[in-house]
Amino acid sequence: MEMIQAEAKAPQCLRVSMVVNGESHALEIEPWTTLLDLLRHQLDLSGTKKGCDHGQCGACTVLVDGRRMNACLLLAVMQDGREITTIEGLAQDGRMHPLQEAFVRHDALQCGYCTPGQIVSGVALLAEGRAKSRDDIREHMSGNICRCGAYPNIVDAIEEVAAQRAGGFREAVE
Amino acid sequence: MNRFDYVRADSVPAAVAALAADPAARLIAGGTNLVDLIKYDVERPSRVVDVTRIEELKRIEETSGGGLRIGALVPNTELAYDVRVSERFPLLASAILAGATVQLRNAASTGGNINQRTRCYYFYDPHTPCNKREPGSGCPAIPGVNRIHAILGQSEHCIATHPSDMAVALAALEAIVHVAGPEGERAIAFEDYHRLPGDQPHRDNTLMPGEMVVAIELPAEASAYGRHHTYLKLRDRLSYAFALISVAAGLAIEGGVVRRARIALGGVAHKPWRRREAEALLEGQAPERAAFTATADILLEGAQGYEHNAFKIELARKAIPRALAQAAAGTPQSQTDKRIQ
Repeated sequence: MEMIQAEAKAPQCLRVSMVVNGESHALEIEPWTTLLDLLRHQLDLSGTKKGCDHGQCGACTVLVDGRRMNACLLLAVMQDGREITTIEGLAQDGRMHPLQEAFVRHDALQCGYCTPGQIVSGVALLAEGRAKSRDDIREHMSGNICRCGAYPNIVDAIEEVAAQRAGGFREAVE
Repeated sequence: MNRFDYVRADSVPAAVAALAADPAARLIAGGTNLVDLIKYDVERPSRVVDVTRIEELKRIEETSGGGLRIGALVPNTELAYDVRVSERFPLLASAILAGATVQLRNAASTGGNINQRTRCYYFYDPHTPCNKREPGSGCPAIPGVNRIHAILGQSEHCIATHPSDMAVALAALEAIVHVAGPEGERAIAFEDYHRLPGDQPHRDNTLMPGEMVVAIELPAEASAYGRHHTYLKLRDRLSYAFALISVAAGLAIEGGVVRRARIALGGVAHKPWRRREAEALLEGQAPERAAFTATADILLEGAQGYEHNAFKIELARKAIPRALAQAAAGTPQSQTDKRIQ
């Protein structure tokens, strides 16, 4: 049994390292801290939203080693050595991710609170390769709730980027 | 959240030792249910034992008998899309994809899925009595809001249902649960793993103190339903909702006759519900509507509804023949196109 060494100064803190949006962090974390609270409160990455805090709404969706998960249900100490990607990590070289651009183009939001989770979830869905029809997109996005009801435009945005990728001209629009 | 200690177990014996040393310790893998229950103050572990670094529990392996042994840490997503599962045990893949969301299935483990707790509203609310949460405190669901509750196998102490879709398929496939404990390893037939509430509703399953699930085995015989199977799930919305009724059905049909039938119901009881007599009635018969209806009648014998869930009995009486017809026709229910054929 490996007991993770407690710090003398803060007896309940555990030393954990993880890569967040490409940047390495050495952290001291209390065992009951969720990944969501770590991102928002310790790393000041407030793009990931706390909606229900119970895994029901998807506003906190992040990528853990490339797989989308609800950050509110993950203990931060358990992410030792993992790579985390949040909404803040999707833009490359100052340019938005194609799905972010598609959300803007399709007006795929109203209040915007669910949007970071929708986009991170959608980016994962595109990578999973299972966005082959509107039914597929709706089913595989069912973990992201939008109480404004922007669903039709969200599906449009994902469908467009999936089609671009399937057609091999991802940079074509605009 | 309540506070707890955290330890990381690097082997099965270390995890078992940590569990056995402290009855208030809880294993954590995906955490999708446990962390939620801790937030609601339903689970109050003194310590969580992280088993996610135990490599030997992450594999799916062929067994010498022609089945598959699925490590307890295999994520639900990985299991559903594993080609050995989707080709030879498609009923299991379908049931997994009928449950939860991609985010939850990516995090949730095989062992954790069968060990998830009921979603009974009263169990989840520590401000109300609940015999499952606090033995002897009472069951407000019986006179209360009981839309999602049991119609079969319940007791005067508890009418909670088991929420897993995957477990319903595993029951129909007659899987074997491999557990490790202070006394070593043992195997439990799936129908003996979960239990009915009786007068001990706080016990969901037959694990002994200090025991943990290490693998679930699919026997070779369970691949007989590759062609004729379905997982039909009825719920209040088309995705991401627990089953009101679900039916896992597997048929082996040869020469126009059902040679073997396995049927399990979800959403109706404290465990996936099977009646061997119902399956035996189908065997040796042509897969036709009259036989399906008679099968449903046997499965639902003794069903009792409450104020808000009595509709489930009639819903199940319709869903079972529909599922058997889907299986017989070789047209399993799609888990993305939700229209029911």
